[in-house]
Amino acid sequence: MNTSGTVIGINGNMVSVRVDGNVIMNEVGYVLTGGKRLKSEVIRIRGDVAQMQVFEITKGVGIGDSVEFSGEMLAVELGPGLLGQVYDGLQNPLPELAEQAGFFLERGVYLDALDRENRWEFTPVAAVGDVLEPGDCFGTVPEGPFTHKIMVPFAHREAVTVTKIAGQGSYGIDEVVLEGNTPRGGQVQLTMRFEWPVKRPISLFDERLKPTEPMVSKVRLMDTFFPVAKGGTYCIPGPFGAGKTVLQQITSRHAEVDVVIIAACGERAGEVVETLKEFPELMDPKTGRSLMERTIIICNTSSMPVASREASVYTAVTLGEYYRQMGLDVLLLADSTSRWAQAMREMSGRLEEIPGEEAFPAYLESSIAAFYERAGIVRLKSGETGSVTIGGTVSPAGGNFEEPVTQATLKVVGAFHGLSRERSDARKYPAIHPTDSWSKYSGIMPPHHVDYAHGILSRSGEIDAMMKVVGEEGTSLKDYLVYQKGEFLDAVYFQQNSFDPVDAAVTPDRQISVFALILHILAAELDLADKDEARRWFYQLRQKFLDYNGAEWHSDDFNRLEKEIREMVLSKTVGSDPAAASILEELK
Amino acid sequence: MNKVYSKIESIAGNVITVKADGVRYGDLAQISASFGTSLAEVIKLDEDIVSLQVFAGARGVSTGDEVRFLGKSMQVAFSEDLMGRVFNGSGEPRDKGPALKDNMIPIGGPSFNPARRIIPRNMVRTGIPMIDLFNTLVESQKLPIFSISGEPYNELLARIALQAEVDLIILGGMGLKHDDYLYFRDTLEEGGALGRSILFIHTAADPVVEGLMVPDISLAVAEKFALEGKKVLVLLTDMTNFADAMKEIAITQEQVPSNRGYPGDLYSQLASRYEKAVDIEGAGSITVLAVTTMPGDDVTHPVPDNTGYITEGQYYLRGGRIEPFGSLSRLKQQVNDRTREDHRPLMDGMIKIYSAYKDALEKQSMGFQMTDWDLKLLKYGALFEQEMMDLSVNVPLEKALDNGWKILASCFEKEETGLRSSLIEKFWPIEV
Repeated sequence: MNTSGTVIGINGNMVSVRVDGNVIMNEVGYVLTGGKRLKSEVIRIRGDVAQMQVFEITKGVGIGDSVEFSGEMLAVELGPGLLGQVYDGLQNPLPELAEQAGFFLERGVYLDALDRENRWEFTPVAAVGDVLEPGDCFGTVPEGPFTHKIMVPFAHREAVTVTKIAGQGSYGIDEVVLEGNTPRGGQVQLTMRFEWPVKRPISLFDERLKPTEPMVSKVRLMDTFFPVAKGGTYCIPGPFGAGKTVLQQITSRHAEVDVVIIAACGERAGEVVETLKEFPELMDPKTGRSLMERTIIICNTSSMPVASREASVYTAVTLGEYYRQMGLDVLLLADSTSRWAQAMREMSGRLEEIPGEEAFPAYLESSIAAFYERAGIVRLKSGETGSVTIGGTVSPAGGNFEEPVTQATLKVVGAFHGLSRERSDARKYPAIHPTDSWSKYSGIMPPHHVDYAHGILSRSGEIDAMMKVVGEEGTSLKDYLVYQKGEFLDAVYFQQNSFDPVDAAVTPDRQISVFALILHILAAELDLADKDEARRWFYQLRQKFLDYNGAEWHSDDFNRLEKEIREMVLSKTVGSDPAAASILEELK
Repeated sequence: MNKVYSKIESIAGNVITVKADGVRYGDLAQISASFGTSLAEVIKLDEDIVSLQVFAGARGVSTGDEVRFLGKSMQVAFSEDLMGRVFNGSGEPRDKGPALKDNMIPIGGPSFNPARRIIPRNMVRTGIPMIDLFNTLVESQKLPIFSISGEPYNELLARIALQAEVDLIILGGMGLKHDDYLYFRDTLEEGGALGRSILFIHTAADPVVEGLMVPDISLAVAEKFALEGKKVLVLLTDMTNFADAMKEIAITQEQVPSNRGYPGDLYSQLASRYEKAVDIEGAGSITVLAVTTMPGDDVTHPVPDNTGYITEGQYYLRGGRIEPFGSLSRLKQQVNDRTREDHRPLMDGMIKIYSAYKDALEKQSMGFQMTDWDLKLLKYGALFEQEMMDLSVNVPLEKALDNGWKILASCFEKEETGLRSSLIEKFWPIEV
């Protein structure tokens, strides 16, 4: 018999409930009002009063309304059929909801996350007599491009000795596919689905490894200069209009990972629509299937209830961890973590907790840290590795990075891709600031090569600032050439044309080859008579290079343009920067 | 059910508390005070203590006044009879017309299912070149007009109300000066647009709480009309007053403020209104234009800052004109490739040259020698400001594009414009 209770107080989306028995922290309950069941979660317990956040609008809830407790924490359903789905923050499938409820999100309607009708081609991999631990795989089903592992529920406390396992064939996810005994004589029946509480990390693995292998995004600025490792974390802070969401969208398309989970958390609904409509049409070059088949969208946009916004990032990361357990590489893109932090702030305010900076709760930092710590690359018990990479955008108030959410995030992430208003105003895409951003991961290039290019860029920026004061005529030709080199690097390598089918996504091989060419140009001592000639020459080179960037890799055009660029540079080269000697040697 | 309570336990700010049973969150109550009756809304329930926000303000409310719960939440009448009428923030008539009581609909309804949204596809024509040509407004778009006090933002809104090609205009005024209200009413009447307009007006003289209802009422009515297939344009002015009203209430309720006194849920509150903008497949649409005044011309102030994160671009109104730099319609790409082939290139080209004009202007003001090119730019800039940026210009998009070519032709040689030769061949005016 589960605990029940009655509502004794309502303040916004928080209700106070007097309970008649035991309650669990973060337990799910339902407030019964006007014939509807409103899903809620316990967030504080004091004596016999539980305070719960309601995942719906609380209009119409009254004192004395009864509350049912489920005895379970807020959980998601795991099993085949998650890929390609569009869920709200509580794993309600939105398209199915639309079929039932029409244009609007009617409250109190909760649907099954996984389709009960769908049948899956099951192949057993365990045999009668096998002893299985939680998380062990006992069968597989094909799901889109992947082999989906059917595992013993993670929360199962005991080992299971198989007494019966279903043969090869097609089954629904509610059909029993395995029966077994536990050491203490219990009987177990398993289906292809189970639940896991979203706020608890899944930790069924042998070892957490150090993220070293680059997670290729095909954005040059990221892969070459500020790389992210598989199992790593990164953040993208930026003022409004700097292109955070665009960068996330492009990454979600081109990233070289198995599964992409997009958590649209408290942002515009319109932005999700583009992904929703376009992904089914786009092809994933790796598998040749529609991009939607490797994608899960968690969509809890800004006007949807704030408590489920708080839950949505946890829902997303739990789904990510589930696919990681199958030995897959998962990328979670959370847009925007600031809205999630604000959701925590709203609840904290309702709970009348003592506020920290800018009224964010005192546990803001630890919550952000705990969330990003759910990323990682792990060696599973099966010996395979799987990873969850987390990339979160941050929307700092006023575009000022000195605010609590940005600062708390910077402390825990491995890479920082700061977007700048100046660069986005100048229509430079991506607007990642090339000198402020950083990464602690190693990427596809040797670090000292990247440092050399970076050095030229910083110097170029300094000279540019100086020229604004003393004018072009007060600048030496030598400095002016460094300035031009920096501008050139920015224009042809940092910036990428996201509308150009070729330039929008650049493979690591191509990046390595093009970057070598760039290094040669940066290190070259050029024989250019005066600034006018230098400007014209670099302008020509830039134009050629942009065409080169737009040419298909290894096509005739590409080869021709590369040859022309090399000849053009060679004809003016009279020596090379001694500081780059070792780099040029390595490139040979 | 409609039990009368006659003991008010506490009065603080505009919030009163009474002891009552059977009350639901969000319910309305009627308070009979010495100054008349006022509606109040339940904003908090704690056992039998009910906190009510009094729309007319608690000033003059006595602890002995009667409170009668109505057993329903805030509603507004919905019918064709709303057209041409003016109401206050509680939905009561502000004009001399009859009160509407039929077909009441709830306000602040649930949010639109993102899975049912469609990619925006239709332009809203306003006859204002700075909008139509340079930052096209798109059906279902939500755009703020960032401005400072003293700028003619209400004149701009009135102009858009008169000229926009939509079925229905809903104007929501919050903290409006009474003169501005009269200005809107008279302008719409004289322009013959009052018949397709509905006005929900809260003036600065009205109780603060009433202003909080205006966006919800306006958008609830808009939503109903949109579902019936109408193209609705909702004009809100001024959202900063709305945010300030929220701030006032939050502070009197002793909520912890987050940034410059604004409540922590400012973003969610604004978003739940703006996100009502939608294009409904098989029915109508809601487009929202909202004036947001920036205190101290500071775009990082919490209200414009949070707004910028929610809306799909912004118009900056400065010096009586829509600023070409900084103003941005994020959805314009969805439509401006289907208007006329020269739309996009002309939009980019003219702005580029206008930016060069600004440089030339600076050069001139610093007393440098002006080249022929500079003089051409100065001529261009003056024409551009006069023919394109002046808010009184009212021309269809196609005419505005033609005008653009004329301006270019009267200032420059063909190759100086940086536009594609094929376009120049087709659109360059023969006679200037």
